[in-house]
Amino acid sequence: MFDEQVIYGLTGMLLFVVGLRGALLHPLLLGQIIAFNISGAGLFLTLVAVAYDGGASPADPVIHALVLTGIVVAISATAFALAIARRIRGNIND
Amino acid sequence: MSAAVTLVDLVLSAVLIVLACSALAVRSLRQGIPLFISFGLLLALIWARLAAPDLAIAEAAIGAGLTGGLLMVSLRELPTAANAFAVRFSAGRVLVDLLTLILMVVFTYAFWSGLESNDGGRLVNDVSARLPESGVSNPVTAVLLNFRAYDTLLELAVLLAAVLGIRSVGAPFPGPGTANVMLSGLSNWIVPVLIVTGGYVLWAGADTPGGAFQAGAILAAALIMLRLNGHDVVQGIGLRAERVSLSCGVMGFLLVGGAVMLNDSVFLRYPTEWAGSLILVIEVLATMAITFSLANAFAAPPAGGPASV
Repeated sequence: MFDEQVIYGLTGMLLFVVGLRGALLHPLLLGQIIAFNISGAGLFLTLVAVAYDGGASPADPVIHALVLTGIVVAISATAFALAIARRIRGNIND
Repeated sequence: MSAAVTLVDLVLSAVLIVLACSALAVRSLRQGIPLFISFGLLLALIWARLAAPDLAIAEAAIGAGLTGGLLMVSLRELPTAANAFAVRFSAGRVLVDLLTLILMVVFTYAFWSGLESNDGGRLVNDVSARLPESGVSNPVTAVLLNFRAYDTLLELAVLLAAVLGIRSVGAPFPGPGTANVMLSGLSNWIVPVLIVTGGYVLWAGADTPGGAFQAGAILAAALIMLRLNGHDVVQGIGLRAERVSLSCGVMGFLLVGGAVMLNDSVFLRYPTEWAGSLILVIEVLATMAITFSLANAFAAPPAGGPASV
């Protein structure tokens, strides 16, 4: 267990929780979409922190592949969410 | 030396959290979105710090660049500043804060005990052992396109589904604007560099950090710059070419996966001596599909309306 793993892993979880709070409490739809992206980034940070194995040994490539897939899926979902948001003109309070 | 490095890690993490919180807390999202883009770029730096160079390129191009671009484009049509911004004390808000606190405590405990137990069994050893048979020498590319190729196929399908959803449901974007002199002058330099860089990242992805997704994002950025200058490549290539360019990733993958069944009767099991070439073929098709899918997310539906896709 490396220092970096602890620091970045806990940071990732904090980001997840910050994003979750933003998704629930932000008054604007665009803000909620940004909050979901921050949550996702936090999860990826925790995953990559677990994959880290010190500077000398290679990190776990399966987890890196998983996170790379996650990044692409996240932008797909964000793009779709923005398309729907533009259609309803951000009116989530109707 | 080690204490200084830990200090740098702490500072990076602190700035990351501050950027995330301020992106959500500022009064207007016109400030919030650039903060989010900075967050993404700092995250790319952290990926490089954590020995994940493939992820660093992907996060900078896709997570910060393209996501930030999509959010910026939506600024014009979505409300960006709320009047009832800071909801004062209400039961719901207190509940959410409490939930947040409880979740953080639970996660910290779970993460800590997970790291402590450290059951070993890291997959890196299995991957390294089989890397020579995979046809490439970048372990992440080997995992993405050989060992876990099925997941990548599904990922390309998700991307295609998102583009289909955007084209059928999404509101039309305003068309490409007329570019001013500075933007077109800049694009004359940047677009060729982006195209060459994208091609290089794709080719180099077999042995060094890089790969189809990073290359696709870089080429999509080139197409978007062209669109900002008034040349809408995505709309201009015609309906048939559009369908081919969007679906060639998934189709190519399925064709290759099916073709190798003639050899081994297992879907997507490449014969070892062909693995490198098959991976290259799949990557080229995937790059094209990713490029046009991501550029499509920035483009308007065709003039005939969404139903004419």
